[in-house]
Amino acid sequence: MPNSLLPITAHQVSIIRKGRRLLNSLDLTITNPGITMIMGPNGAGKSLLLRCLHGLISSDEGEIHFGQKPMEAKIRYRQSMVFQSPTLLRRSVYANLAFVLKDRRMFDPAKIDHALNMVGLTHLATQSARLLSGGEKQRLVLARALLTDPDMLFLDEATSNLDPASTKIIEDILRKVSQASTKIIAITHDLGQAKRLADTIVFMHQGRVCEQTPSDAFFDQPISKEARAFLKGDLLL
Amino acid sequence: MNIYLDSLTTALQLIITADAVLLEIISLSLRVSLSALALSCIFGITLGTMLAIRSFRGRGVIISIVNAMMGLPPVVVGLIVYLHLSRSGPLGWMGLLYTPSAMIIAQIILITPIIIALTCQMIEDLHEDYRDLFASLSVSRLSAIKAYIIDARYSLLTVILAGFGRAISEVGAVIIVGGNIDHLTRVMTTTIALETSKGELALALALGAILLAMAMAVNLAATWLKHLAKRRAYA
Repeated sequence: MPNSLLPITAHQVSIIRKGRRLLNSLDLTITNPGITMIMGPNGAGKSLLLRCLHGLISSDEGEIHFGQKPMEAKIRYRQSMVFQSPTLLRRSVYANLAFVLKDRRMFDPAKIDHALNMVGLTHLATQSARLLSGGEKQRLVLARALLTDPDMLFLDEATSNLDPASTKIIEDILRKVSQASTKIIAITHDLGQAKRLADTIVFMHQGRVCEQTPSDAFFDQPISKEARAFLKGDLLL
Repeated sequence: MNIYLDSLTTALQLIITADAVLLEIISLSLRVSLSALALSCIFGITLGTMLAIRSFRGRGVIISIVNAMMGLPPVVVGLIVYLHLSRSGPLGWMGLLYTPSAMIIAQIILITPIIIALTCQMIEDLHEDYRDLFASLSVSRLSAIKAYIIDARYSLLTVILAGFGRAISEVGAVIIVGGNIDHLTRVMTTTIALETSKGELALALALGAILLAMAMAVNLAATWLKHLAKRRAYA
């Protein structure tokens, strides 16, 4: 099924704070469905780009289009985002999921049960969400993000603090969701995860996209010297 | 020393025998303060939440003004309400001066800024947590406001208790606008002031003990609520 939010085109996008260009005339076009991983050193502007694509912040210069349409509220409605540190409402696990559906007037207990089952949290449905472990919290946040059947899912280092077991559960879900036509754009510092999941890699440095290549090509023969240095483990300043 | 002991004994008798005058005064005090509290909460929690989550020009100034109003001198509030409700005042035609309604109005003016300012602080902290999430989920403003109030419920109960504590223990404003009229506007604090000035310490002590007990109960309730919130990981 074609994803009507594709292609994503960012043209000459800049974010300027206190005279610094945190995103510097960035150009990016994402046409493929599947999983796109954004990589790069700290401060490269990865999170800012993701927030821009999700409409949480507006760019100071440039334009972003989704399927030829400029960013607008309707488009964000069809996207979801999982943040690095899970934000949970001060309610039960179940109520955290119910909140989203009730707000969109599409409350359906069966849908919540399915989401809980998908992330393996059915037995914790009545527990306070804030008492979950780190991995369980991130799984709950992912379930909440997927409840609305988004066309596009953004993940900002969603597994960075998780143990391998929790990471595997999340990666399995992401694979499944991606195959079911949700476009996934994720940030990761984990080279192994990028190799396991990514179809395409976008490598960023100093607010720009240095290269955008299929995952295999990126790890075998990176084009840019920044990506080569990054993969060698050199410090990129 | 005998005076204290006699007064204390009489005070205990008044409490134990549930003296009619004592009960009438306590009942009026509670009616006035709880009415003022209810109305203040409706305005205060709503305005405090709006102030916490909306950004607009002059927001900082409004927050500063509300914070400053938390320390409004009760006698000044009493005087202002008196001037407005007196026969020659702009609202004199309503005939509210020296009635419980006037006392409620004065207490509302005193406690609403407290409710607004504390609510604003509590919700602001929550807003820091939830802002990106709600934006990401495209949550409607009304749903967001409801969520903030529901999720801050334990903290807001502490705010409400703080408002109640201020209202029930207030004397300066209610004595000016209520007039301390027997069987009509005489509340615990004004009775304590009157009886003490007359040298009749028994009733004053009895009411003082009850007022202290109420203050302690409110503080205990606030502490218990905080504890409960932490235990349930809602804090």
